[in-house]
Formats: sequence, structure tokens, C-alpha cells
Amino acid sequence: MMAHDVIAPVLLPLLAGIMLVLLRGKSLLLQRSLSILSILLQIFLAAGLLTQVSDGAILTYSLGDWPAPFGILLVADRLAVWMLLVTSLVALFSLLYAFNGTDSNGHHFHALFQLQLFGLNGAFLTGDLFNLFVFFEILLIASYSLLLHGGGRLRTKAGLHFVVINLVGSTLFLFAVGVLYGLLGTLNMADLAARIAVMPQEQAPLIKAAGLLLFSVFALKAALVPLYLWLPSAYAHTSAPVAALFAIMTKVGVYSILRIYTLLFGAQGGLAANLIEPWLLPLALLTLLIGMAGVVASSGLRQQTAYLVVASVGSLLTSLGLNTEAGIAAGLYYLPHSTFAAAACFLLVNSIVNRRGALADKFEPAPPIQHARLLGGLFFVTAVLLAGLPPLSGFIGKFMILRAALTHPQLVWIMAIILITSLLALIALARSGSLLFYKVQGVPEPVNFTSSAVFTEIMPIIGLLSLCLGLVLFAGPVSDYLQLTAEQLRQPGGYIRAVLLMEESN
Amino acid sequence: MEALIAIIIGTLTACGVYLALRERTFPVVLGLTFLSYAANIFLLAMGRLTIGAPPIITQNGETYADPIPQALVLTAIVISFAMTAFVIVLALKTYKEMGNDHVDGIHKP
Repeated sequence: MMAHDVIAPVLLPLLAGIMLVLLRGKSLLLQRSLSILSILLQIFLAAGLLTQVSDGAILTYSLGDWPAPFGILLVADRLAVWMLLVTSLVALFSLLYAFNGTDSNGHHFHALFQLQLFGLNGAFLTGDLFNLFVFFEILLIASYSLLLHGGGRLRTKAGLHFVVINLVGSTLFLFAVGVLYGLLGTLNMADLAARIAVMPQEQAPLIKAAGLLLFSVFALKAALVPLYLWLPSAYAHTSAPVAALFAIMTKVGVYSILRIYTLLFGAQGGLAANLIEPWLLPLALLTLLIGMAGVVASSGLRQQTAYLVVASVGSLLTSLGLNTEAGIAAGLYYLPHSTFAAAACFLLVNSIVNRRGALADKFEPAPPIQHARLLGGLFFVTAVLLAGLPPLSGFIGKFMILRAALTHPQLVWIMAIILITSLLALIALARSGSLLFYKVQGVPEPVNFTSSAVFTEIMPIIGLLSLCLGLVLFAGPVSDYLQLTAEQLRQPGGYIRAVLLMEESN
Repeated sequence: MEALIAIIIGTLTACGVYLALRERTFPVVLGLTFLSYAANIFLLAMGRLTIGAPPIITQNGETYADPIPQALVLTAIVISFAMTAFVIVLALKTYKEMGNDHVDGIHKP
């Protein structure tokens, strides 16, 4: 069993998904328990892997025992396992919230949810560029169906745009993979890295073109300006648990950017070294600005949260765009924080919307909602997190990013944009909060919520917020781990050796 | 043969991009199909074009066809087939729910 624990996080959701397809029409309780069991096991597996890789080991798993670079293989290093853990935690609370009725709103919710996790875990663990494409497709086709789950006019329209833009992205991915294979004759990421480092002069332009084509694909997934336009309507119109799970979807793009542009086109990338350095930082800052402008201009709370996701991708990639160890570590700290906070916000918004009747999430005066104190309190905590105020994890994340930027030549721009957008986020969220909870008029309509229903609704939100609190309480060990992760990423030699010589396997 | 294949890939891509930018869902679906055809032929051509050679290195054979792009293309074809089926069903669903086949759901006669 120990030899196979790298592939377990990929196989487990696949098997659970297949079983859930077979259980269609069986009791909801059975489906729910299987689904939650699978996710709990995934958390357990990710935590187990975390203890194995925290000393710097890079675990490899070659499928069918074909030696690299001929076979395909999975690689677990610090970064991949960190992403696995964050994904499974977000999935747990999104699924718990879905028990409030989203999952019975149509068929196959649980199966699709597990297959989505199958694609996500596979994308984080794979060590092969073409397999990254395949896992992208798996997570995308599951996400298309999840996005549309429950139906509705606006949801279908947003879904069509999401599907079409991602299909174009997949085509670009294939072209980039084709160019790299045609020139270098391999698709194994470690092997690619080794060959890119020594590429001949005449191949350099084409390899750079392929690298930038890949960047545009990942930028599309990460919702970087100017490829972010699909995100706000897709995330604003889907059901809350799905939107919460999708908080991790943009991070798959971020992960791919980090992986490919440290391993393949990093400082050791030969003639294509630091390929995207001139692009990433300006685009990320622009994303942050435009995302925050969207937050301020939103006409509804759901849309506002979706734009907050865009803005968080901007801060995250700003941090990675610094191209230093401290920057990467700060970004990796900000990543789980922004994922948990955005997921909590999507869930909370849905609970607020359910109590506002026909007005839904529009910023208009409505009768006071039920449980206003509880929901208002949670909204306050979420807003503090999202705006990056002390003492919660948003502040620590932003502080780490700014501290990492201190030595950067573009410090003035980074500092100005991050601080101004934080102020804008604060103003926008304070305005939404006061519109929703204070500026009320009329008599509330009595709606009956049983106390157990309120509990199952609130508990996942509190869970996600307490994960953010955990990030604060354990900020020391977490940032130490992430500092080591950044060092590992900046020295891809270890990864390449571990894969090609298999010195860490078995 | 290289020039012919290159022209085919270029034409397919150009048609695909043009159609994908159209305002009705049906041409968009056709455009996506053309784009995926172009990507598939491109992937196959990246293993270099060979005629009549086995996809395996033999004792006496001088030439061989690279089997990896063929395997990649098979995977890509299956994936794009599934995606096309999905997007067609979605386009039909949008047509039913919106009452027209404009990509934004706004009817312009």
C-alpha cells in the first residue's frame, strides 16, 4: 500500500465517482455518505503524503512500472501535495453545504463532484504534459456539468460561454504540446526541462512560442486579464456549492503557471529562461485592478464575489510574478486563504439570498432578513478576510506579498496597486454589508427555518472560516513549509533528478 | 506532402477561428470542430510524416513512424468527440431555453 499512495488520491475519487454513477436512484443518504467518505479519505491521504514530502522527498509513481521518460508518471512534491490538501478541504465544506438541497436538485451531482476531484487531483500530481491536458479535460467536462446543475436560463447561457472558451483553450493547449513534442521529442516534464536547458539556438523561437502559447492557456484557466471575461457570469449564476468548489478551479491555472514556468522555463531554462517574467507581473497587477473595479461596480452580491475571485487571482499572480522565493512562498500562503475565503463567501451569499425572496442578491433595500445577526456576523468576518484586514489570514497574506516585493524594482507600482485595491475592497464590502443588513425597510415575511436546517447551512461556512483562522494560528509552520516549497521549486534540478533517475522511488 | 498538410492545417484553423467568432451557436460548434481537426492533424504531423513505415523499430527497417503522436491523437480525438457531443447538446438546450440560437440569447432578426 505504501508504494501506491501517490496514485491513491487520483484513483479514490474515480472509483467513488463510478460507484456513485451506479448508485443513481438509490437513497440520497447512501450517495451522500459515500461521497463524504471519499473526501474524508482524500484529506487523510493528502495529510499522509504531506508528512512524507515535508522533508524534501519527491515521490514518483510510474504507471505500469515503465521507466521515465517512456512511461507516464505521477510526481508528488511539496507543491503538489499542498494543492491536494487545499482542494480536498474546500471540497469537504462545499459538499456539506450541498446537502442542503443542491444535490437533490438534479441527477448525478455526487458522481460529477467526485469526477471533478479526480481531474483536479490528477492535474496536481501528473508529471507529464499531455496528461496535464487530459486531466484538464476531465476536470473541465465535470465542471461543465456541475456548472449547469439545476438548470435555469442565465445559468445555461453562462455555461455555454464557459464551455466554448474552454474548448478553444484546449485546442491551443494541443498545439503547444504538439510543438514541444515535435522539437524535443518528449512530453515528460522533467525530461522536457532537461532538454529545454540545452536547446540549440535555431529551435529557441519555436520553443518560446510554444511556452507562451501554454501561458495563454493557463492564463485562461486562471482568469488573468484579458482572458477573465468568462468567470464573473459563470461563477455568479451557478449553484453555491459548485461556485465554492470552483474557487479552486482558477488555482489550477495558477498551479500550472507556477509548475511550468519554474520547472521548464525557469532560471535554468537555457535560451528560454524566465520566459514569462516580462508578462506575468504587469498582467497580474492589471487583473487585480480590473477585478477590483468589477467588485466596486457590481450590482449584486454574487457578481461581487465572483469579481473578488478575479482580484484574488491578481494578487496571487502578482506575488508569483516577483519571481523570488519569498514571492512564491507568499503566493502559496495567499492561495489557500483566498480559496477558503471566496468559497465561504459564495456559500454565505447563497444563505443570504435564500432569505431575501424575490430581491435575491441585488443591492436594494429589502425587509430585514432572518438570522440577520448570525449571517451579518459571518459576513463581517468574511469581509475582513477578503479585504485583508488584520488580524486574519488575508492580512498576513498581503503582508507577506508586500514584504516579498520590497526588493523588487517595480515596488512603487506593486505597493500602490495592492494597497489601493485593498482599500477599494474594504469600501465595496462595507457598502454591501450595510445595504444588506442595515438599510432595511418593510416588514419581514415569516419563513420557517428549523434550527437543524440553519445548523447544516451555517456549519460549512464556519468550517471554511475556521480554516482561515487555522492559517493564522499556524502561520509559522505553514510559512516555513511554503518557504521550503519555494526553494524546491526554484531549484528544479532535484525534481528532474528524482524523476529521471528514480532515486527516490520505492 | 509537408506543404499540403501545412496548408490543410492552416485552412482548417482559419475557418475554425472565423466560425468560432460567429454569433449563432451552430457555426460556433462547427468552428470548434474545425479547430480540433486542425489540432489533431498538427499533432500527427509533429511525429514527422512517414509513408509505409511500421510504428516500431525493426532490425532491418531503416525508417519507422513515431507511434507516440498517433497515441496522443487518438486520445485527443476521443476527448474532442465527447466535448463536441456535449457542446451540441448544450447549444440545443440554450436554444430551447432562450428561444433563439444567438450565443448571448438576444434575438436579432
